[in-house]
Amino acid sequence: MTTLDQLRPAVQRDDPAWAREYEALLRAYAQAGGPPDVLRSGRVAALIVSANRVLGAVTVPGVTIEAEPLPDGVQARIVVAPGVRMDHPVHLCFGMIPATGVQRIIADYQVGEGAQVAFLAHCSFPNARDLRHIMDAKVQVGAGAVLRYTEAHYHGPHGGVVVEARASIRVGAGGQYLSSFSLVHGRVGRLITDYDADVGAAGVADLTSLVYGSADDDIEVHEAVRLNGDGARGLARTRIAVRDRAHSRVFTTAEGNAPGARGHMDCAEIVRGAAVAENVPTVIVRSDEAHVTHEAAIGTVNRKELETLMARGLDEDTAVDTIIRGMLCI
Amino acid sequence: MPNTTVLLDVQGVTIVRAGRTILREVILQVTAGEIHALLGVNGSGKSSLAYAIMGCDGYRPDAGKIVFAGRDIVDLPIHERARLGLTLAWQEPARFEGLPIGDYLVLGRPAMKRDELWEALHAVALAPGAYLLRPIDRTLSGGERKRIELAAVYAMHPRLAILDEPDSGIDVLSLVDVQRLVRRMAEAGSAVLLITHRDEMAAIADRASIMCAGQIVLTGTPAEARIAFAERCRPHAAITGPQWWAPTGARG
Repeated sequence: MTTLDQLRPAVQRDDPAWAREYEALLRAYAQAGGPPDVLRSGRVAALIVSANRVLGAVTVPGVTIEAEPLPDGVQARIVVAPGVRMDHPVHLCFGMIPATGVQRIIADYQVGEGAQVAFLAHCSFPNARDLRHIMDAKVQVGAGAVLRYTEAHYHGPHGGVVVEARASIRVGAGGQYLSSFSLVHGRVGRLITDYDADVGAAGVADLTSLVYGSADDDIEVHEAVRLNGDGARGLARTRIAVRDRAHSRVFTTAEGNAPGARGHMDCAEIVRGAAVAENVPTVIVRSDEAHVTHEAAIGTVNRKELETLMARGLDEDTAVDTIIRGMLCI
Repeated sequence: MPNTTVLLDVQGVTIVRAGRTILREVILQVTAGEIHALLGVNGSGKSSLAYAIMGCDGYRPDAGKIVFAGRDIVDLPIHERARLGLTLAWQEPARFEGLPIGDYLVLGRPAMKRDELWEALHAVALAPGAYLLRPIDRTLSGGERKRIELAAVYAMHPRLAILDEPDSGIDVLSLVDVQRLVRRMAEAGSAVLLITHRDEMAAIADRASIMCAGQIVLTGTPAEARIAFAERCRPHAAITGPQWWAPTGARG
């Protein structure tokens, strides 16, 4: 495994091809909502990957980033040392500029005991027409540690992307894993997410997915929280809007396996046009002192919300769009 | 002081839903710049009248006219009524999710300036710095949501604001804030149709009407209406049995 320590941004290097690719990826990063100036600064921890090339990796004290290329992607390991409290997020930039290809990211994220850190990931495929992005992540949150993981995608206007994002998460005693996945700009294409969290005693897993599908986009979201330790808490929150002929399927699972475990699944899906939305919740309780709940609201927008916005002068289509944008935090 | 130009003219509106008459030949006029209180017990039809005036789904009159600013608005959708200067603050505000409060406030008047936005939040006794960027979500209390709803209406500078029980869900100490807000709206040129149960709220009105069993049964000064309301109004039949508006002394 190669350690890329304190690599400066590519624009400061001599290779013009590399610099061009770096700048193109930063533009794509900005389209996905990322702040390119932060990456250029070289003062925050960051990993920048284009296809299977590591364009930059910047470590800071307390955070180690290792990355090495694979034939079709990159294998990366990020370790946050125990007790480290990061003021700035670790920036992760994954993307591909070409219209076709495969990018596989095998990631191993470890947050040591008592550490507190945020990861800000942006995945951008602005020109995709026949492209596949696979993320296979293992996440270990140590006892008493906190990891906020925010991942935003931008897939361009063509819908030619297949994204398969899997994460296996382990949260230690008293640890917290708070994640948000969003794909709300451009087309989705085909999206499969599969996040699976095992939570120890008094730990927290909070999983949020925000997706806006259109045309013939196909969305499949799997979220599972297994509350294995005493007093563990979990929330699987899904917000999806689909229009045109898009199809979304949401499978959420919450298991209350220990005394005092508290789990909740909260799914809201707005359906417009000929789109279809499904939600399949699974509730499993193995302790008579655990409590797991589920709520789902699927269908048209709430009439009262709609009428309230129309009473401010918005026509119906604009009001619906405003409600969806609010729900998806756009 | 309000002028005498009739802004809202409800002419004999009747609505029947599922075989039950919820509004019966309602006649009500609100003049430009007037604060007009609408009193009535639960189930008397006050909110139904508000929804009918605003054009909400399921509240289209079966008979009668609603004329606003000289135009029959019965066939207009809600947003077109709003663009004429009519709006409604619901008794129980909608539970929006995620929309930043500042964005919500400017929806009714996108050209609003920043100081007007701050003023709208000050008008409902909320600190702008703490709320403008905050999303509307479940962490807001019912009272906060109510204040934000009222701020949105205030910020819109409507010609007529229908406030459906703006004092409900807000503690008594804050009642003064709501009264002050209603007065500020009137001073800014908005007429206000103020739906309320509370004497203290009705007291700030220029005129008041009482609704009973889907009808307007009295329109007069706030003092007249408050006395009549206290002496003669009984809980609606749907709640406690067949007791309703009747001349003083008709029941024991």
